[in-house]
Amino acid sequence: MFSDFDFDAILRALPYLFRDGMSFTITLTLLSALGGLLLGTLIALARIGGGKLLAMVAAGYVNFMRALPLVLVIFWFYFLVPYLGQWLTGAPRPIKVGGFSSALLTFVMFEAAYFSEIMRGGIQSVARGQSSAALALGMTGGQSMRYIILPQVLRTMLPVLLTQTIVLFQDTSLVYVLSLTDFLGAASKIAQRDGRLVEMYCFAALVYFLICFLASQAVRRLQTRVAIIR
Amino acid sequence: MNYHWNWGIYWEASPEGTGSYADMLWSGLLVTLEVSAIAWVIALLIGAAMGVVRSLPSPWAKRISGTYIELLRNIPLLVQLFLWYFVMPELVPDAWGDWLKQMPDAPFWNSAVGLGLFMSARVAVQVSTGIAALPRGQQAAGTALGFTLPQTYWYVLLPMAFRVILPPLTSELINTIKNSSVALTIGLAELTARTRAMQEFSFQVFEAFTAATVIYLLLNLAATWAMRLLERRLRLPGYGAG
Repeated sequence: MFSDFDFDAILRALPYLFRDGMSFTITLTLLSALGGLLLGTLIALARIGGGKLLAMVAAGYVNFMRALPLVLVIFWFYFLVPYLGQWLTGAPRPIKVGGFSSALLTFVMFEAAYFSEIMRGGIQSVARGQSSAALALGMTGGQSMRYIILPQVLRTMLPVLLTQTIVLFQDTSLVYVLSLTDFLGAASKIAQRDGRLVEMYCFAALVYFLICFLASQAVRRLQTRVAIIR
Repeated sequence: MNYHWNWGIYWEASPEGTGSYADMLWSGLLVTLEVSAIAWVIALLIGAAMGVVRSLPSPWAKRISGTYIELLRNIPLLVQLFLWYFVMPELVPDAWGDWLKQMPDAPFWNSAVGLGLFMSARVAVQVSTGIAALPRGQQAAGTALGFTLPQTYWYVLLPMAFRVILPPLTSELINTIKNSSVALTIGLAELTARTRAMQEFSFQVFEAFTAATVIYLLLNLAATWAMRLLERRLRLPGYGAG
């Protein structure tokens, strides 16, 4: 019961939780979001502007990734990457890959599928006349995409992209299955060391809630500000 | 690559002594299906109720449903499962806590309820969006026919709203199946957990994960196909593609 709820246990764990745990979680989230957005945009472009074959491969990749549970994908990459590295570098044995790199690669590849759907929706929502106008001005297809279409897509889709990043922030807690020390991993390690499961998990839930709630409120406010009136 | 492939591994006996590795994966698949099914029923029931509450005009109804949805949406599923499994038994009176801890299959029921509640917040949002998407006249027509508010919801608004949101509900169903894999963290022997066990026993990493991947893909196809069938059976004349 709450009578022996030990706030002191949380206080003592704070430096470890945030300096080790939260910094891992945030670094992983930001790098994965950036990488996922870049790769996702490329995939979206391949689906829209690429040849038939390229578009099919890209669509297949997106549907495949979105059909699998993230936990399974995390395990896949964790075991696959050492062999891929060996194959790429020609090393005599599977290379050693750190937990962070493996997790980062997983999330970039996984989130790219979700980001690509957002970007694809955004690109398709830009009026046809825009790219026609760009072409009429003498821009190449690539230039029209880079200077005319994508900037508008990024702007209109920014709230959706940020919401997806909040989902990603929550999903990074799944690196727990690789025993990495993200925020939840740190909380769980302390919880088990000190026998303070109730305190640590309640605190972790509270921190996740506050960050995600405040972030999604901020996104909601942003949404009304960035909307382009057409 | 010096990885030793062995695709016949599925038919070799597992060290658990209860059959082959294929049986092992099969048992995991059954648990995945059972947990997802129970969670989905919970998600639909509570999601529909909360969605209705959210669509009511009263500010208190909006506050209650809003709090519920925000709480469940802004805490990672893994943390929620930990709360149900590790924290809940300590916070309730001792007798209940002991009962919760000694319950047979505690991981199973914890995952089913935890996952069901997690998904119910998403279903609630869909349901209230579906109700909001209906023309105003629908509710007015219900009132004009002499229905009470609950009757209007039961006979007019909900049947229509559920038809409108069938496509997004399909992806939520698939999400439920996919998310059930998170329950391996509280010791549930579902498909991904059994795949991991097969990999640890046999060292055939890629064969094990390939099998799980194929099974999840098939589950996706099956869920999509079943929901599409349902969509076709429920289609109303005059409300074509929806």
